[in-house]
Amino acid sequence: MAQHQVNYASAAGLPIALTSVDKLVNWGRSNSLWPLTYGLACCAIEMMASGGARYDFDRMGTIFRASPRQADVMILAGTLSKKHAEFARRLYDQMTEPKWVISMGSCANTGGMFNTYATVQGVDRIIPVDIYLPGCAPRPETLQYALMMLQKKIRRESANMNNNTKQNLRLV
Amino acid sequence: MRKYVPKDNVQGKSYYTDRYWVAPRVPRMEVEADSHFADVLKALGKLSKESYVEIGQLVVHIDATTNVEVMTVLKETCGYTQCSEQSAVDYLAKDGEFELFYQLLNITEAKRVRVVCRIKKGEAIESITSLYHSANFAEREMFDMFGIKVNNHPFLKRILMPDDWEGHPLLKTYPMIGDEFASWYEVDKIFGKEYRDVIGPENRDPARIDRYDTKRFSRVGYEVPFDADISDGEKEQAIEYSETLLVDYTTSSKTLDERR
Ligand code: SF4
Repeated sequence: MAQHQVNYASAAGLPIALTSVDKLVNWGRSNSLWPLTYGLACCAIEMMASGGARYDFDRMGTIFRASPRQADVMILAGTLSKKHAEFARRLYDQMTEPKWVISMGSCANTGGMFNTYATVQGVDRIIPVDIYLPGCAPRPETLQYALMMLQKKIRRESANMNNNTKQNLRLV
Repeated sequence: MRKYVPKDNVQGKSYYTDRYWVAPRVPRMEVEADSHFADVLKALGKLSKESYVEIGQLVVHIDATTNVEVMTVLKETCGYTQCSEQSAVDYLAKDGEFELFYQLLNITEAKRVRVVCRIKKGEAIESITSLYHSANFAEREMFDMFGIKVNNHPFLKRILMPDDWEGHPLLKTYPMIGDEFASWYEVDKIFGKEYRDVIGPENRDPARIDRYDTKRFSRVGYEVPFDADISDGEKEQAIEYSETLLVDYTTSSKTLDERR
């Protein structure tokens, strides 16, 4: 005997078809966010800790992937130097759409304490960022919170990325 | 507030001096007779122009043209088999010269020697990589940071900064936050010069947060269109999760049976 509701029309009616596709797609996307194994400086150590057994990113469906082709989140964890900016952007370009970016730590957000000639003053100068995560370095819990925030954000997006207002920024 | 003083010539003339602060000086000691360092100086002979002991370390001033000769003597006669560091100090504003130093280590005697020489701006120095392989990267770094050319170096190329970088960052005249080339480097390289207007200048105030910037920032639950004006606050949009869209059994017409 079915325990769940059978007659959907009786409660609030069927949802509009497109909405449910959105929900389904975003459910899938947000629960299997695979970040790129990509660390730049000390923040990367905290990122590795988040992936390890104690903080266990796997339970959120977040598994680090060693190839940008398989990843859909880029966690910019650390100081981005000007020499490396080109390669960070190339890795971002190599990721397949849809893709999201978490900027982790003060260095990635604003250049942090490295107010110098050799550090990119905020990775948003070269890559569109979805979540700015403050801290130096942010603890693994903070990174997990950022990831949950990103999941929330994805669930509120339209599954068709072209409809998202953020898309405008992506072209920049 | 402290009075503003032009700081273009900070090295030649100090612009701020605290009259109670005395710069600490490391005492310079004579080389003791019959010590290991006395033997070193004897081996060097006329090559050493000036010498003293500083914190248990022999410092030898030499002529820049004789550097390979001095290193050969130190390595082959005195047993200084390691070159732990080599670089330069910019004294251009003060004396118009670079000071080059070579830090050498004798493992069997546990003694260190610093060899110091001076060259003028634009002059080159002879490489010591034929004697010490560890000087290879150090000399490349010196070339990268100060622009000092090294003759007969096997592979003289920038080591830290990108190959297409302009300027030598450790010169005292190089601004700490970079010149114009440095500040647009990543933009020019990735997007091209015409994108400078789109991206805008660097924000050198990391504490600045633009609360009303809707081009770069959005908050979950307060989404607004791209570039919308939110100076009088944005409307809250209730957060709905997919879970809340599931059928609420308590209010639906379907009644669960007892087993539940
Ligand atoms: S924000 Fe702090 S911890 Fe993170 S990379 Fe920068 S200096 Fe290191």
